Amino acid sequence: MFLVKCPWCGWRDQTEFSYGGEAHIARPLEPGQISDQEWGDYIYTRTNTKGIHAERWVHTQACGRWFNALRHTVTDVMWDSYKMGEDAPTPPKDWDGLTCCDDHKKLAEGAKK
Amino acid sequence: MKKYSIFAIARNARTHHENWERAWRSPDPKPHYDVVIIGGGGHGLATAYYLAKECGITNVAVIEKGWLGGGNTGRNTTIVRSNYLWDESAALYDHAVRLWEGLSDELNYNVMFSQRGLLHLAHNVHDMQEIGRRGNSIYMNGIDSEFLSPEQVKEMVPIINLNCRYPVMGGLLQRRGGTARHDAVAWGYARAADAMGVDIIQNCEVTGFKIEGGVVKGVETTRGSIGAGKVGVVAAGHSSVVAEMAGFRMPLESFPLQAFVSEPMKPIVDCVIMSNAIHAYISQSDKGELVIGGSGDPYISYSQRGSFDQIEHVVGPVLELYPIFSRVRMLRQWGGITDVTVDRSPIMTKTPVENMFFNCGWGTGGFKATPGSGHVFAHSIAKGEMHPVAAPFSMDRFHTGALIDEAAAAAVAH
Ligand SMILES: Cc1cc2nc3c(=O)[nH]c(=O)nc-3n(C[C@H](O)[C@H](O)[C@H](O)COP(=O)(O)OP(=O)(O)OC[C@H]3O[C@@H](n4cnc5c(N)ncnc54)[C@H](O)[C@@H]3O)c2cc1C
Ligand SMILES: [Zn+2]
Ligand SMILES: [Zn+2]
Repeated sequence: MFLVKCPWCGWRDQTEFSYGGEAHIARPLEPGQISDQEWGDYIYTRTNTKGIHAERWVHTQACGRWFNALRHTVTDVMWDSYKMGEDAPTPPKDWDGLTCCDDHKKLAEGAKK
Repeated sequence: MKKYSIFAIARNARTHHENWERAWRSPDPKPHYDVVIIGGGGHGLATAYYLAKECGITNVAVIEKGWLGGGNTGRNTTIVRSNYLWDESAALYDHAVRLWEGLSDELNYNVMFSQRGLLHLAHNVHDMQEIGRRGNSIYMNGIDSEFLSPEQVKEMVPIINLNCRYPVMGGLLQRRGGTARHDAVAWGYARAADAMGVDIIQNCEVTGFKIEGGVVKGVETTRGSIGAGKVGVVAAGHSSVVAEMAGFRMPLESFPLQAFVSEPMKPIVDCVIMSNAIHAYISQSDKGELVIGGSGDPYISYSQRGSFDQIEHVVGPVLELYPIFSRVRMLRQWGGITDVTVDRSPIMTKTPVENMFFNCGWGTGGFKATPGSGHVFAHSIAKGEMHPVAAPFSMDRFHTGALIDEAAAAAVAH
């Protein structure tokens, strides 16, 4: 249980949302042209990151909108969310899901809208 | 290794039980092993045991980053059964159940395997159709499976409330199913493997691989480099992390799965009862605790703790079915990280790196398979080719399309 930030509604309890899996997996443009291996990778292979993970969420119990977010999968702390089509934010390089040094924090806060 | 027996207890009583032999050594890693197993859970230890016992390969190390059985092996709800839908699964899981049946004798270690019966409840028409189809397939594979009417369910579980919010319409019973003592499985295999010369190295994390020309040559660890002829990776929830060190990705996602136990009480449930529709299952340990589990968290995570809202999703239905437990207090709650595949079947496979094998994807339900998994995986590593029982579970099924879909048998039930 943790907080998820909806770009429209703000920080809410995770139970209001549904998880949509790893973000930024593009459907191959020409499925007929690629190998079974590549198609299998597209459908089934996942990065399954231990660390900062880009993922999709939908605010099922409220505005119903989809968005992307970055979450640390060890602490379950969400760094920030961003709208579909936007670039991912850049958390501090040394963010371990809880803390980071002040310098990196300032840099990252500056980049955060 | 000194044999455990009633005479050993008597002998050791004379010295106030202060001179029991250590169950296994704690050796320093050697510079090179024929086989290095990564992961000291039940599956990794069983693999090492069968490598030594059946394949004549004793220059083996099991490398564990924490303590033996500290992963899912020591965190699971210990349900053992083989009532899966497909032939491939029947072959694999029933192979395991048969090994369980002789395991305490074989290891000279009481794994407390108790075939107390495992009951799947059906609460609606879909459940009835599902157990109908699966029950018949299981039966045709020569594995015991019986349909129970609600009255028969009530006879078996007198405390059940058949006409609650989740009415019980029937059940599927595997009498050979049951439970085993999770820690004892890890310890029993460890002790028996150690006695044949296997080095068990705890508190040693694998941090990378030495790969030359596509062939694995060894592992980098927090206790230095260790050379290896072959490597077997049996890292459960961390399989993707280990695969990344070797330069490839897996068709896996890691989800937290939790369980809890109540305060101990007098015997009241003498079988395992599970239910697909309501994601809650229950048994009673020999200590008297109710062992209760449910479904995994719905997002990937390595946090190794379950979310709080799941507790309510599990406890609510349990109290509907067994109102007598309404004042039972819960004692402990914990989580493990389960490596889940889309078809809910495990992966036992060769990899893009030569001489590196993976055994993973057991997700929420691999404890029951521990002996069978270790057995066929050991033979696969020794031979360099997947054992016929393991072969259908190779990773290439995710691009050939030959999935082994056990969603009904394993997505909720563990
Ligand atoms: C709450 C819960 C309930 C469950 N209930 C059941 C059940 O009722 N029945 C059932 O059949 N199954 C159940 N399961 C699933 C079952 O626990 C697992 O499938 C099984 O125990 C996996 O065994 P393993 O030996 O592969 O993994 P583990 O016991 O997890 O062992 C993997 C080991 O690898 C080690 N490791 C990882 N990375 C590294 C590294 N880099 N270097 C060194 N070591 C490393 C870990 O520390 C760990 O000890 C349940 C799981 C959970 C979490
Ligand atoms: Zn919203
Ligand atoms: Zn910093």
